Amino acid sequence: MKNRLMPRLRRLLPLTPALLLTGCTVDLLDPRGPVGLENRNVILIELGVMLCIVIPVIIMTLVFAWKYRESNSSAEYLPNWDHSTKIEFFVWGVPAVVIVILGAIAIWTSYTLDPYRPLHSAEAAGRKPLNVEVVALDWKWLFIYPDQGIATVNQLAVPVDTPINFRITSDSVMTSFFIPRLGSQIYAMAGMQTQLHLLASAPGDYRGEAAHYSGRGFSDMKFRTLAMTDDDFNQWVDKVKASPETLDAADYPQVAAPQEAAPVRYFAHVEPNLFDGIVAKYNNGTVIDKSTGQVLHMQSAMSDMQMKE
Amino acid sequence: MLGKLTLSAIPLDVPILVGTFTGVVIVALAVLGAITYFGKWGYLWREWLTSVDHKRLGIMYIVLALVMLFRGFADAIMMRSQLALAYAGNPGYLPPHHYDQIFSAHGTIMIFFMAMAFMTGLLNVIVPLQIGARDVAFPFLNSLSFWMTTISAVLINVSLFIGEFAQCGWLVYPPLSEQQFSPGVGVDYYIWAVQLAGVGTLLTGVNFFVTIVKMRAPGMGWMQLPVFTWTAFVTVVLIMAVFPVLTVTLAELALDRYLGMHFFTNYGGGSVQLYLSLIWTWGHPEVYILVLPAFGVFSEITQTFSRKPLFGYRVMVYATLAIGVLSFIVWAHHFFTMGAGPNVNAFFGVATMIIAVPTGVKIFNWLFTMYKGRIQFNGIMYWVIGFMITFSIGGMTGVMMAMPAADFVLHNSLFLIAHFHNVIIGGVYFGYVAGLNFWWPKVLGFKMNESWGKRAFWCWFIGFYLAFVPLYIAGFEGMTRRMNHYDNADWHVQMLIASFGAAVIAVGVVCQLMQIYVSIRDRNLPESRDFTGDPWNARTLEWSISSPPPAYNFAVVPDVHGLDTFHTEKQIGRRSYEGKTLTPIHMPKNTAAGFFVGAFSFVLGFSAIWYIWWLAALALIGIFATVILRSFNNDVDYYVPVSEIERDQAKYVRSLTAQAAE
Repeated sequence: MKNRLMPRLRRLLPLTPALLLTGCTVDLLDPRGPVGLENRNVILIELGVMLCIVIPVIIMTLVFAWKYRESNSSAEYLPNWDHSTKIEFFVWGVPAVVIVILGAIAIWTSYTLDPYRPLHSAEAAGRKPLNVEVVALDWKWLFIYPDQGIATVNQLAVPVDTPINFRITSDSVMTSFFIPRLGSQIYAMAGMQTQLHLLASAPGDYRGEAAHYSGRGFSDMKFRTLAMTDDDFNQWVDKVKASPETLDAADYPQVAAPQEAAPVRYFAHVEPNLFDGIVAKYNNGTVIDKSTGQVLHMQSAMSDMQMKE
Repeated sequence: MLGKLTLSAIPLDVPILVGTFTGVVIVALAVLGAITYFGKWGYLWREWLTSVDHKRLGIMYIVLALVMLFRGFADAIMMRSQLALAYAGNPGYLPPHHYDQIFSAHGTIMIFFMAMAFMTGLLNVIVPLQIGARDVAFPFLNSLSFWMTTISAVLINVSLFIGEFAQCGWLVYPPLSEQQFSPGVGVDYYIWAVQLAGVGTLLTGVNFFVTIVKMRAPGMGWMQLPVFTWTAFVTVVLIMAVFPVLTVTLAELALDRYLGMHFFTNYGGGSVQLYLSLIWTWGHPEVYILVLPAFGVFSEITQTFSRKPLFGYRVMVYATLAIGVLSFIVWAHHFFTMGAGPNVNAFFGVATMIIAVPTGVKIFNWLFTMYKGRIQFNGIMYWVIGFMITFSIGGMTGVMMAMPAADFVLHNSLFLIAHFHNVIIGGVYFGYVAGLNFWWPKVLGFKMNESWGKRAFWCWFIGFYLAFVPLYIAGFEGMTRRMNHYDNADWHVQMLIASFGAAVIAVGVVCQLMQIYVSIRDRNLPESRDFTGDPWNARTLEWSISSPPPAYNFAVVPDVHGLDTFHTEKQIGRRSYEGKTLTPIHMPKNTAAGFFVGAFSFVLGFSAIWYIWWLAALALIGIFATVILRSFNNDVDYYVPVSEIERDQAKYVRSLTAQAAE
């Protein structure tokens, strides 16, 4: 898809300055990953196609309004003319053609950009994906790295050019997990596991946010996404592992308690299956393993995480 | 005794609210005092509050809409100024608790009490006149609908001064709106206000459906229906289809909150996905409920001032029907990011795009109505041209977000906010204001002031772009909606420009109020009076009677022979009432029952919000008693004697001939 879109995109590039009115960072037009890049390309192609019809409509509106004004008696006036099959044909045909084009792109990109779809191209390049489990809390983000056995609050570090497989849930109300410069967002919902696959193609510090209103502390429910080289990432993991704090089932309620503008926290150790336990507590103690489809019973493991009701 | 209601529910610690309350009290005392001073209470009660006349109810609906516009707009100004200030560590002047109520109230009030009331007002004024009817099918029900809407509007505003409003957005998504996360009375205010208003809207839907199906003048087949009435018809069908869904959804949320059930809770098998699907099953058709009548207004105005029949009338009707049907199969585009999978997303994405085809057809048809016409440019036409430009852009951004792959980054951003204000201001609001200007002389007998109308248009038009183009850009910069404060310099620039735009729109609102004031002040000037009943040289039946029309509308029920009968009659110079014998006209009597049911419903809603159950029970008894008493009342109608009709008719004809002689 990327290869097919790029040449067309280049033709549309002259349009971008119009959107860069203030000359500042426009996150969605300046992405740092393949997913964001495709989101952007889709937007620009759509904008280009739609402008092909919208600009003529606006021009026609102004021209017709001016030309057929009352005081212009030289313009033709047909007081009873109200039908023309030829015009009707174009009136239906032009929007229909536009929608056929855009509809085809919509269907195609619904599949290629499906957030649940692993980034095969990157994996094919021999990069092992990084698993991150994300829990939306009131009003902060908990990131669990199951393979490293560590966890953080409000800071997400990822190695560049590595596919990241997110599993996302919420232990409170619904919100949305979104890193604008990396691309697509997905909802975080209690008792549900949503998935998202992203990749950062350049090192940097990117803003991450809760993109769906979730109550009082919503405006400060944001995190930094630190994309770094493999070496830096390993050092970062070591730094987290050196933290005095750990996160097990007994600590969890204190970590999950509502808090506004929560600071970054590192946990050197995290209880295995904490994420599954959080999902399971809304599902009578069960959680579905999405890769195998098996139903796992989590009740005994998470006896400390009492149901709130 | 008073349930949850205590003195601490009154927010004396919030200076903004205390100030607002003082202002409201002063204005209310001034109005009530003026009515008493001029001795108008009896007149107000007999002629307006108990009226079942569709024209008067329509006026009252529009007055309500304008008052609610003022309230909703005050909220908008507060949000914009908060976001202009609350940057880089400055908390602004609205803490989240207050700010979150404001954006929730802004959306709720603008949709349910501004736009819906305005739309219902226009339907009331225009539809019976356009189809040659003497009133709606159920005049008492119409009065009841009005009072249910009005008391709900009052109820939602009471939340300003007693307790609090919801802090969950205008569609109160659970689980945030459940007891667990929102234990206050805010969501209960939302539920009761919207539910009671929903009763009114549903009854309006039934009423106008029956009116349009059964009460068209003889000879008016479906393809002779004026195009505004067609759009009104599709709108009321949508209302009947989807408002029950809203009622059920909010009833389930109420059961969760009041009785601890688990429809949408996090625990106990509740499903937020279910709520989203249900609320948008109502919510998306609702968008078309609002915009279709605006399309009807534009059609009527464009053909009138282009001095040509509407281009492709049949196509216009089919496009309206197509939009009505398609509006039911697009709701999931409101949550592409919920993880439903590419099959679902692709279907709803394409379905949404398909709606753009009939909508685009309509735009082209208006264009070709103007084409080879003789366009008379007055203030009303300005709104039409402004609409066609603005709505095209809004439609474009809508199609952009219909693409799931694009929506994944645009969802919930300010781009979305800009898009729906683009279609609701540029489409719905421009349409309603154009309609107000267009039909004002019909209802009141004098035209609106032109220059203030044009000033209002320019402020709204320019202000709209200044206020919302920055939001489109902020959306591209990754700014999400409903933020209270932020620390991004790029966003701050956009927020400052947007605030300036809001201020320009505020000037537009002031110009509109001035327009109304000046129009009423100058009502007796010869250039504003409408002697002929047909100030615009228009085409449809409502212009074939005097302005304002008599209570019974038509002295003689018109004979309809084709589309735009009135236009044809003017061409051949013979009016259909000529040579007809007058007969006494059967009319409904005014009744206070609607007012009382409304008043009791207000008490019911208020006491249920505060858990004052004994009072709720009394209110319920009051509602039933009023309905029973009303049903035993046989004295509900009267006949207008021929002598009175003759007198009215002679006066109208005299005025017509005098005008023709000039």
